[in-house]
Amino acid sequence: MARTLKLRIWRGDDKTGGLQDVTVEANHGEVVLDIIHRVQATQMGDLAVRWNCKAGKCGSCSMEINGKPRLACMTQVAAYPEDEVITITPLRAFPVIKDLVTDVSFNYKKAMEIPSLEMPAGMKPGEPRMQQVDVERSQEFRKCIECFLCQNTCHVIRDHEENKKSFAGPRFFIRIAELDMHPLDMLRNRKKTAQEEHGLGLCNITKCCTEVCPEHIKITDNAIIPMKERVADEKYDPIRWLGSKIRRREDVL
Amino acid sequence: MTLEKHKYDVVIIGAGGAGLRAAVEAREAGLSVAIVCKSLFGKAHTVMAEGGAAASMGNVNDNDNWMVHFRDTMRGGKFLNHYRMAELHAKEAPDRIWELEMWGALFDRTSEGKISQRNFGGHEYPRLAHVGDRTGLELIRTMQQRIVALQQQDARDHGEAEKNMKVFAEVTITEILKENGKIAGAYGYRRETGSEVLFEAPAVVIATGGVGKTFKITSNSWEGTGDGHALALKAGANLVDMEFLQFHPTGMVWPLSVKGILVTESVRGEGGILTNSLGERFMFKYIPDVFKDKYADNEAEADRWYEDQDNNRRPPELLPRDEVARAINSEVKAGRGTEHGGVFLDVSKRISAEIIKKRLPSMWHQFYELAGVDITKEAMEVGPTCHYVMGGVEVEPDTAAAVGVPGLYAAGEVAGGMHGSNRLGGNSLTDLLVFGRRAGKGAADYVKANGANPVSEAAISKASARIEAPFARTGGENAYSLHQELQEITHNLVGIIRTGQELTKAIAEIADIRKRSGNISVSGDRKFNPGFHLAFDLDNMLLVAESTAKSALLREESRGGHTRDDFPGMNSTWRQVNHISSFDGDKVNVKAQPLPVLPKELFDLFDVHELEKYMTSEEIAKGGSK
Repeated sequence: MARTLKLRIWRGDDKTGGLQDVTVEANHGEVVLDIIHRVQATQMGDLAVRWNCKAGKCGSCSMEINGKPRLACMTQVAAYPEDEVITITPLRAFPVIKDLVTDVSFNYKKAMEIPSLEMPAGMKPGEPRMQQVDVERSQEFRKCIECFLCQNTCHVIRDHEENKKSFAGPRFFIRIAELDMHPLDMLRNRKKTAQEEHGLGLCNITKCCTEVCPEHIKITDNAIIPMKERVADEKYDPIRWLGSKIRRREDVL
Repeated sequence: MTLEKHKYDVVIIGAGGAGLRAAVEAREAGLSVAIVCKSLFGKAHTVMAEGGAAASMGNVNDNDNWMVHFRDTMRGGKFLNHYRMAELHAKEAPDRIWELEMWGALFDRTSEGKISQRNFGGHEYPRLAHVGDRTGLELIRTMQQRIVALQQQDARDHGEAEKNMKVFAEVTITEILKENGKIAGAYGYRRETGSEVLFEAPAVVIATGGVGKTFKITSNSWEGTGDGHALALKAGANLVDMEFLQFHPTGMVWPLSVKGILVTESVRGEGGILTNSLGERFMFKYIPDVFKDKYADNEAEADRWYEDQDNNRRPPELLPRDEVARAINSEVKAGRGTEHGGVFLDVSKRISAEIIKKRLPSMWHQFYELAGVDITKEAMEVGPTCHYVMGGVEVEPDTAAAVGVPGLYAAGEVAGGMHGSNRLGGNSLTDLLVFGRRAGKGAADYVKANGANPVSEAAISKASARIEAPFARTGGENAYSLHQELQEITHNLVGIIRTGQELTKAIAEIADIRKRSGNISVSGDRKFNPGFHLAFDLDNMLLVAESTAKSALLREESRGGHTRDDFPGMNSTWRQVNHISSFDGDKVNVKAQPLPVLPKELFDLFDVHELEKYMTSEEIAKGGSK
């Protein structure tokens, strides 16, 4: 079931670069990452690409395939018609280091800006009691494999470098939502700071992030929109926030 | 160009579960810590662990306790485990899990709101804390976020987030440096630029994980190239019991591209059954004598166990992994395999589609997207895949200190002893945490007692010359081709079933590749160059393969993850022997060393009739060491 595949792979670095044509054999069931590995082993020994698990679990092999942000390990070659040329380019929202490898340090800086979990004072290991139904909301967001495809596709930063300073991006909105919905988190005002410090307000809910998420996390519907709505509520009624937090605490303790 | 230099109290190589736990411990002891890893932060192979983390919290069955866990671990390892490691692990695992919860981990819950625990092969009670089938992701993310939390604290207290702990991502360590017989630091290069970097530190913790990429079919990510095993050998440490490799019974077999990708044991824990091409549930035929009283020998009893575990024996699908892998191998060899050379694993008959998607979401996703199979409706095709190395750096159990090299520590998969000849599923994630913490503490205590040990210029020049070498050659060997050749040899000759003749052949062929690898040349420059990176990874894999093949040739019995066709049975005399690999600068040498004797208080935890199946009559008569 082998087929001959025509590819165009972006090669270059932070200064120059361009698409290079490559012809390579592909076998039945192979994914784009297999093809890149074959090109590496037989034609371009120094072709730079990040990858780790090749099973859709680590989020390393993020790139753009025919312009769509995707994990190369989860993209079947068979999804493309026989005569189609597959174009492979690096993530566009981040600076290129070499070939398909980009500098994603933006994301690690943003991670550092999100306040961490604050457990109730005096709670000891082994004491937490939480119901499955209460942890499930946060668990959805903890499925995130940090592939940063959502960050890459979000047009707030994709085409607007200047927004990066004040915009944490979808990956970190779900991180904030996860902590906000964590049954034991004691830090207040997470939604407010999401709005005021992390740029939640810049998101205009086009759902591009949700569409590219390989873990199918409903980023917009389950994290961003609920936070936006409650930020609006609390502007008018701060007692609501306090009330909900105290009630939740009583359930827990 | 001036050399990039850093000074730390402790350098940790590897940012998986063990490395990060060690880092947190050393940092909390007040030391400065560098975490060096080959990938981006948070991508380590730990992320791929699926089933769960074994700890006898007793949340689901309160008969569980550390003694039951200890017994299960020793049985799983066929009593070749270092008893002290198994004991520490069983005792400390619950604390390590509860601690993760304090740092933000959100495990699945019981109806009482406690951490839920699931069944797994070889564990007498439901014991694995889990999050669906992505427990490893939860562990790595929790540890990653704990590191960030500590860095945020340093930013608040000292105005500098990376003052006490810094992650050096995408850096490969090529050499561990010693001065005056003690650890002095580590040397390597940045993958992104190829530029070299020196870490001066009196203590180094190796937490590099496994060796799977030495084999053709493996569940391991590319990072599993045995770096820590090889670095330790070259630094003068020993490896223990490298013949023992775990072939996980259930890897994907089709399509070819995904061959080897893990299918979690939770599929069986949740009720998945194994059948051959004739539709037979074949595992009933493969229950070894030592396990006959614990596993059901008929379908009716096996099925009843899911509802009533106190009055029925367990289904044989939940035997330890070595047993299940050998059984699948035998079925396929006997011509009762599937079209693609595996057997069928079916969970759709026992549990509903909704529950499958809830409890095994990534399995559903993986089969649906990569193989076009809907596991809520049809069976999966599975077969053995190289998953885990039980062998590793010989360490002092309490401190995780590498034997023979002051200042060197090892924890997690790269350390040996804990799992004996076969690891139980779920024991890896808690191993990482228990011994990661101990290694961090061990290293911290050592640094406090010993202080700095500066690196000499001579050591730097030597390490640097080695990195430059592949670029100085042209027209030499291709690292990718040599890697493929090595994988063929290990797969064919050092795989799941071995013979003396094949192992002898393998040793010669590995030596030949190692010779040729001295002549590898690299195309392109130093900047993010995978061909260049592979040249160093390959050197590590070759040492590991040599150590494994030589240890396997010496062990003339079959036990756990080492099966000799020419010596099929388990032999009580061989149980008293560890194989110790060392490196003389040219080749790996393997010698036998007596296994530490089980102390009386641990000996007495077992029914003596069970021990008779593993031990010689002299050992039984002694009744353990006093």
